Amino acid sequence: MRYLPKSPSERQEMLAAIGAGSIDELFKSIPEKFRLREPLALPGPLSEAEIIQYFKARADENSVGYTSFLGAGVYSHLRSVVSDAIIQRGEFLTSYTPYQAEFAQGTLTAIFEFQTLMCQITGQEVANASMYDGSTALTEAVLMAERLTDRDYVLVARSVHPEYRQVLHTYAKNLGLKVEEIGFTESGQIDRAALTQDKLSKAAAVVVQSPNFFGVLEDLPPLAEAAHAQGSLLITTITEAVSLGIVRPPVEADIVAMEGQAFGIAPSYGGPYVGVIATRDKFVRQMPGRLAGQTTDAAGNRGFVLTLATREQHIRREKATSNICTNEALYALAATIHLCLIGKEGIREQALQNLAKARFAQAELEKIPGVRRAFSGRTFNEFALEFPRSVKLINAELLKEKIVGPFSLGVNYPELTKNAVVCVTETTSRAEIERFAAAVRKILDKPL
Amino acid sequence: MYPTDYRYTKQHEWVKIDGTIGTVGITDYAQQELGDVVFVEMPKSGTKIKAGTSFGTVESVKAVSEIFSPVSGEVTETNALLADAPEKINSDPHVTAWLIKVKLDDPKEAASLMDAAAYQAYIAAAAKDH
Repeated sequence: MRYLPKSPSERQEMLAAIGAGSIDELFKSIPEKFRLREPLALPGPLSEAEIIQYFKARADENSVGYTSFLGAGVYSHLRSVVSDAIIQRGEFLTSYTPYQAEFAQGTLTAIFEFQTLMCQITGQEVANASMYDGSTALTEAVLMAERLTDRDYVLVARSVHPEYRQVLHTYAKNLGLKVEEIGFTESGQIDRAALTQDKLSKAAAVVVQSPNFFGVLEDLPPLAEAAHAQGSLLITTITEAVSLGIVRPPVEADIVAMEGQAFGIAPSYGGPYVGVIATRDKFVRQMPGRLAGQTTDAAGNRGFVLTLATREQHIRREKATSNICTNEALYALAATIHLCLIGKEGIREQALQNLAKARFAQAELEKIPGVRRAFSGRTFNEFALEFPRSVKLINAELLKEKIVGPFSLGVNYPELTKNAVVCVTETTSRAEIERFAAAVRKILDKPL
Repeated sequence: MYPTDYRYTKQHEWVKIDGTIGTVGITDYAQQELGDVVFVEMPKSGTKIKAGTSFGTVESVKAVSEIFSPVSGEVTETNALLADAPEKINSDPHVTAWLIKVKLDDPKEAASLMDAAAYQAYIAAAAKDH
């Protein structure tokens, strides 16, 4: 395929064909204030030496030497250099969509392995080749539930990641989908009493996150039972995938929407990451996204192909399950390599270390006068604490000590300004945890 | 081959009228053109459909095709057999592999469609164009 620019006359012809008089008219649905009326303010060309200098300066802005207790959807975990070495091979790094199975067996095999691992780890029957990230995976899962149930109303726990909910609201706004948020109890779990029979009987799905945004594990079996009794589905989203090393897989969920960043992908300033959708076999026709399948070639050899592509937009146009026409192939590969390197025992051990270190940090912090647990529910490597003063002020002081403090819940929950979610992973040493607790104690000892 | 009491469309669907109920399927010619059928997508019972508009899809190893309704009315039943055995469309398209039953808005609507002889002449002409 050649990419040639359009001539002015071709442009006019195309505009005329769709009944638009000008480019301006074509884009009239975009509000004026968002329209760019001048050329992009880009700097002029740079020499090679200047480019190297520029990127060195940007790299120096990285927060080297800081200890972080920030999780809230993105997690620092140990990663092997093997992963980076493999994904940077040209065959993977620059390969195009594996439509042509006869010369894309490497990519297709990797996708198939990824899908298999995601099924094993989530306890689901089928997983796709990946989505953009956890938040879009969740939204696609909700749209999938809408198609499966023929209902246009969804119940979402307020303890689901706030940004995931924002993405869902953005989609819902223009799709006629009604989203109702359900609060939480003192355990930090979804308020089950608010999930009335009446609401459930109208809802396409109940959406929870586990461990949720407060770090608390949701109790999935009764939620699934209540939803299923009213013809509703249960969607579970997971932001901290390492939890699955010890937490029981969400087998009761009808759809699992997960962020795979925790599987050996660097936080990298917020992305790109890799989303996962896994579900029951019987729902596969309504699952969005690419799917690799195993088959045999004419000579009877095992091989892999893209399958069930009729769900996808390049075949079905407006009848497709989603407008996603791609996947995060490179990061799906990175996650696959990571999981294969550490193995079943490795992820279990990693998860146990997270749990043990988080428990230790929690105990150390709870010794500080005025600091107490915010919720009573069971947790993994994140837990919410209530502090005797504003978390914003505490975090500003911590930063001076080269400590990135816990996530301040006041940003998204106005009633929780003195609450924060502390994250401790296997990358944090005992000494760092002790230094953090000592710093918090010192800050709180200081008079306001 | 083509039942004489059925009516046929140019998009290769058939309809059999029993009083106010019409049974709809795709023709033997259609299944041959499609090849091995692997999946059928059908509307839910209670869906209102209009003659000439798409009500579902048939997916074969080669292609996905829309199915157009020969008649207008309300879907009263879909063929549950096809969920597990879509290949029945290839082996018995005119009898056991019917797709939907429709409560007809107007039982006379189908009279304007082709009868078996006209349909056979139509596909013979289509075959010549191939």
